Amino acid sequence: MQQKRLWLILLLVLALLVACGGGGGTSTTDTTAPVVNCGAEGGSEQVGKYQIPAPIEGCYNVAFVYVGPHDDGGWTQAHDVGRLYVQQNVPGVHTAYVENVAEGADSEQVIRSLARKGFDVIFTTSFGFMDASETVAEEFPDVDIIHISGFKSNGANFGNLFGAMENMKYLAGMLAGSRAKMDGNPKLGYIATFPIPEELRLGNAFALGAQKTCPECTIDVRWIFTWHDPVVEKEAAASLFSAGAQVVMTGADTPAPAEAAPPGKWGITYDYVGNCTIDACLTSMYWNWGPIYADIVERSRNGTYVGGSEYFDADSGALGLYGFMEGETLQPGVTELLEADLQMVRDILAQMLAGKFTRFDVFKGPIYDNRGNLVLADGVSLKQEDLDGFAQFGAPCETCMYWWNQNITAELPELK
Amino acid sequence: MSLITILNAGLATGTILLFAAIGEIFAERAGVLNLGVEGMMLLGAMAGFSTSLATGNVWLGLLAAIAAGGLLSLAHGVVTIHLQADQVVSGLSLTFLGTGLALVFGEGLTGKNPPLVPKFDIPLLGDIPFIGPVFFEGHSLLVYVGYFFAPLAWFYIFRTRPGMHLRAVGEKPEAADTMGINVYRLRYFYVFVGGCLAGLAGATISLSVSPGWYSAQTTSGQGWIAIGLVIFAQWNPLQAALGGYLFGALRRGILDLQGPPMLFGFRNPLFINSNYGFFLQMVPYLLTIVALMIGSRAAARKRLGAPAALGVPYIRGERGL
Repeated sequence: MQQKRLWLILLLVLALLVACGGGGGTSTTDTTAPVVNCGAEGGSEQVGKYQIPAPIEGCYNVAFVYVGPHDDGGWTQAHDVGRLYVQQNVPGVHTAYVENVAEGADSEQVIRSLARKGFDVIFTTSFGFMDASETVAEEFPDVDIIHISGFKSNGANFGNLFGAMENMKYLAGMLAGSRAKMDGNPKLGYIATFPIPEELRLGNAFALGAQKTCPECTIDVRWIFTWHDPVVEKEAAASLFSAGAQVVMTGADTPAPAEAAPPGKWGITYDYVGNCTIDACLTSMYWNWGPIYADIVERSRNGTYVGGSEYFDADSGALGLYGFMEGETLQPGVTELLEADLQMVRDILAQMLAGKFTRFDVFKGPIYDNRGNLVLADGVSLKQEDLDGFAQFGAPCETCMYWWNQNITAELPELK
Repeated sequence: MSLITILNAGLATGTILLFAAIGEIFAERAGVLNLGVEGMMLLGAMAGFSTSLATGNVWLGLLAAIAAGGLLSLAHGVVTIHLQADQVVSGLSLTFLGTGLALVFGEGLTGKNPPLVPKFDIPLLGDIPFIGPVFFEGHSLLVYVGYFFAPLAWFYIFRTRPGMHLRAVGEKPEAADTMGINVYRLRYFYVFVGGCLAGLAGATISLSVSPGWYSAQTTSGQGWIAIGLVIFAQWNPLQAALGGYLFGALRRGILDLQGPPMLFGFRNPLFINSNYGFFLQMVPYLLTIVALMIGSRAAARKRLGAPAALGVPYIRGERGL
C-alpha cells in the first residue's frame, strides 16, 4: 500500500516538473509577431550526453561550443558575454551554445550535430576542439567554423582566432610592480597553468611590464596544470603569498589570487570582466569577444569570411584592463599608486588602443633571459611565429618562446 | 616554503574532505552506499552561497547548505531503502540530479561576494610553538569545528548506544530488527545525516576554502575523493579526518615544493621540473585504488572493517511492507 502511494507521489512530482519545464521553454517565443524573433529560444534535442540546440528558420544562426559551464566566472563566461553581445547587436542573428563539451571525440560529435542542424557559423572556444573543428569543416563547406586559440585553418570555411593578451598582461605587470615597490616588498607571483608557449608568453609579458615600474622586482612561478580548479588555484596563490609575493597574477580562471591575498597583499585576476570584485583585486586582464564575434558573423553572412589565422591586438577593442577602460573605475589598491606609474599605464594603454603600441613593442629588445643570455638585441622585436612557438614542438620559429625573462626566479618548465 | 604553512593549508582544505567523508561513513555504517556525494556537495555549495548572498547571513547559508544536502539525500533514501533499488545506480543518478539542480539554481551567482565564514586565531593556544601556527592560526570556524567533529563522530559510532544500533543496522539488519531497532528509520536517518554533512562540505568550499560559485567546477571531484577516503579510512571518522588533512597538505605541498631551488642541500627536483609533481598528485588516487582493490575482496573487506550489509537493501522477510 505504502509503496503504491509513494510511487503516485513520485509520478505527480515528475509530471509537475515536466509541466514546469515545458512552460519555461516556450514562454519566450513570440508567436504573434509577424517577423521571426531571432532572439527567442530555439528548440533543442538530446544527442548523446549533450543538449543540441536547433537553429531558427529565417535567422542567421550562430552556435558556440564551450569547454566549461557558460557561467564559470572566467574563460567560458567571457565567451558567453560575447555571444550575448552578438545576439543583441547583430540584427537577424540567432545564437545558441552547448556547454561542458569534452575535448576530443565528444566535441566532434557536437560540432557535427550543430552543422547538420543548419547552423551557419560555429565558434569552438577551446584549444582541444581544433582537430574536431577541422574535420567537421571539411564535411560541411557551407558552415563557417572558427576555432579559438589554435593554429589550423583551411583557407575557406575554417579559421582560427586569438588575441594578444600579452598587451594587457604587460600593463598588469606595470601595476603589480608599482604596487610591490610602493609596499616595500619587491616580489611578485605568477600562477601558470600548462607549460605551453601561451603561458610563457603571458608570464614574460607580465615580467617585462613589472621590470618597467620596479626594476628590482622578482617573480616566482607555480605550475598548476589546470585551467580551472578553485581549490588548486587558491592553494597556488596562497603558496606564492606565503613564499613572500606581494602581488600574484594568474593565468587560470578564478579570482583565487585576490581571494587568497592576506591583508595588505594583492591579486590580479584573468579572463572575465566581472571577476575583479573585491578590494584585494588590483585589476583583471579580460577578453571582450563581442565586437570580434559580431564582425566575423557579419563577414560570414556577407560571404566574405575566409578561414585563416586572425590574431587581434588591443586596437580591436577586444582586450581590456579592468578599471582603465571606458566607464570603469579604478580598484582601490590602484588609485593609491604613484601618479607617474599610473600615467605611464594610461599612456601605453591609449597607444595600444590606437594601434600604436602592439605585442611587437611588448617583446622588443633588449631582453635578457634568467640564465644571462641575450634573447633580443636592442630594438629587435619577436616575430609572430616566435610568440607562439616552441622549437621543441617543431614550430617554425627562430627565437621562440622557451625562455624566462631575467626577473623570473623559477626554472623553465621541462617539455615532453 | 615551510612545513607550517603546508600543514596549515592541509587542515583548511582537508576539512572539506573531513565533512564529506564522515558523512559518507555514517551512511555506509548504516549499510547504505551513497555515491551521490559530489552532487550533494555541489548542491550544498550552491545553496549555502546563494543563501548567504541573499540574506547577508553566513550562518543561514551554512544551514541552507546542510538542509539542501540532507533533502537531496532523502531521494536516495526513498529509492534505495524504501523501493530497495540498486544503491550504486541510485547514487550515481543522485550525482547527476544534484549537479543539475545546483546548476539551474546557481545561474547568475558567479562573481558575487556574500559574507563568508569568519577566520580567526585562537588566543593562547596559537602561541604554542609549531602546533599553534599549524592548528590555531588563521583558520575558518569550520576547521575548528572539524577538530571536534571527528572525535565526536568516532565516539558516537563506537562508544554510544545509538552508535551501536547504527553499526548493527549496517552489519546485520535482521538481527537489529529482531532486537526491535527500526532498520528503515535508522537507515533513512543516517543517509540524511550523510547528506547534511556533504552539503556542509560543499559550503566549506564555496563559503570558506575557495569562496565563490564556479558552476560544476566548484567541487571539481572532491566528492569522489571523499568516497575513496572512506574505504581508505576503514569507515573510521578519525582516520578519515587524518586522511583528509593528509590529502590537503599534499595538494599544497606539491605547489610549495616548486619554490625553493635547493632542498636539504640537494637540487630540488620539483624546482627543475614541476612535472614530477604529477607523481605526488597521484598519491591520493593511488591509495584510493589500492583501498578499492583490497575493499573488493570480501575477506579483505571484512578485515578492513566494512559494514557487512553495505550495499544490500534490507527486505523485511515475513511481514512484508
